[in-house]
Amino acid sequence: MPDRIDPLGLRVAYRDRLLPLLIAAQAFLAGLAIAGVFAASALAQSWQAAGQLTVQVIAPDDAAASGKTTRRAAVLRILAATPELSNLHELSHSELENLLRPWLGGDAASLGLPLPAVITAGWTGGSPDRLRAALTAAAPGTLLDTGAAWAARVAALTASFRACAVAVLITVAAVAAALVALATRAGLAASREAIAIIAGLGALDSDIAGRFAARGAGRAAAGAAAGALLALPMLLWLAALAAPFGAAAPAADGLPPALLAALAAIIPAAAVIGWVTTQLTVRGWLRGLG
Amino acid sequence: MQTRPDSQPTLIRFEDVSLRYRQPDAAVDALVLQNLSFAIPAGGFRWLTGPSGAGKTSVLNLITRAARPASGRIHLFGLDAANLNRRETALLRRRIGVVYQDFRLLGHLSVFDNIALPTRIARWPEPRIQADVTDLLGWTGLKEKSACRPAQLSGGEQQRVAFARAVVGQPKLLVADEPTGNLDDAQAERLLLLILALNRLGTTVVVATHNARLIARHPAPVLELAAGRLRPADA
Repeated sequence: MPDRIDPLGLRVAYRDRLLPLLIAAQAFLAGLAIAGVFAASALAQSWQAAGQLTVQVIAPDDAAASGKTTRRAAVLRILAATPELSNLHELSHSELENLLRPWLGGDAASLGLPLPAVITAGWTGGSPDRLRAALTAAAPGTLLDTGAAWAARVAALTASFRACAVAVLITVAAVAAALVALATRAGLAASREAIAIIAGLGALDSDIAGRFAARGAGRAAAGAAAGALLALPMLLWLAALAAPFGAAAPAADGLPPALLAALAAIIPAAAVIGWVTTQLTVRGWLRGLG
Repeated sequence: MQTRPDSQPTLIRFEDVSLRYRQPDAAVDALVLQNLSFAIPAGGFRWLTGPSGAGKTSVLNLITRAARPASGRIHLFGLDAANLNRRETALLRRRIGVVYQDFRLLGHLSVFDNIALPTRIARWPEPRIQADVTDLLGWTGLKEKSACRPAQLSGGEQQRVAFARAVVGQPKLLVADEPTGNLDDAQAERLLLLILALNRLGTTVVVATHNARLIARHPAPVLELAAGRLRPADA
């Protein structure tokens, strides 16, 4: 019976069984790098978007500037009336003790240290200068910190991490292309005589390159699918580890849909790399054939 | 033998053609053909003869564009071969049937698929391929061997598969390099009669052989090569 699937008999020229395995390894690395980009972006977003604000009221039980109430009460009243603030929480005495114990080596009361009142809140506004001025007027010496400097460092860190992840992705793609090119050249060299015969019978470069490219793309896609699947359990585990660092980061019970879509996109991306690389390699090789 | 008069349009024209082959370890390329000039009309038949190493296969390689001349011009089917790009060269090759001295069959394909290869390259419809290849299998006595691989065939059978593959695409030009080299006299005669039948149907034929008896039995214009040069017709 005639071979209708492989009418030019070129299937035999592209038998490299190692290629899908090597592409799978690259896809696995690509999956981790993509997850890294997503995690860094999500963490940076969550830390920057939900800025934490901390207020320290020294001598909280003393009289406020107005003299009508305590410094603590005056500060809390101003904070409660500020719309950019959310989740106001005054740390309890025990929370403060727990916070300071590692630094003090004992509890503050036994050391005779006066403790400030510490209030935390979420801050979604811009510059807190007006709020700081209002607090200082009501209770002079009150400290307000948004952690802006720390957030800027985190942003720089995550940006550099994202850049590294993108560089890894580019490297992985380049290595995958090199692997496809090597496998293709090996197949061409092993089948030089058969290809020369087919070319001598009038096959166009596009016919021969197209046959090879279809197989190259198929093998790359198969390898990438395997690699992406293998990356999933690893990513779920990493997501579980990253869960405490931010609500927007990958959750322990699953991966964000966008990340899953990006992982799925590795497969067509690998197919495109395989197809283009094989086409270029075969056409270049055929030009050398004469 | 009847051959068409040279008033027919010229199908192959060599003008002062030379060919050099690069030698890996030599400083100078080997000059294998020197200043060849000849013309073959459409529908013509030419013997290409000469001793081994005279350059017969090189001439056929130039005709099939498997080699490029170092100098001179080659016109094929009215086209200047030097001006053909890769696509045009491939399309030109589809109009040429080639019987190679060493058959050049694809070992992993069946006899049927080997014969069908030029038609599949030319993207003929499959029903037509089935019909034509089946006809040729019968014509060349290979019907029972249709599913065999070339390695399962005798030299003569492989020669016939190579011939069937060369003619299945109904080429305008058939070039054959020692097509009877692996055949006994009876088989050689039978194959030559097939080639002559094609020539009578209008196919231009160039047969390279050093078999003087074969040429004597089927007289036709001869291109005789000696040391890469064409001997004058009256020499």
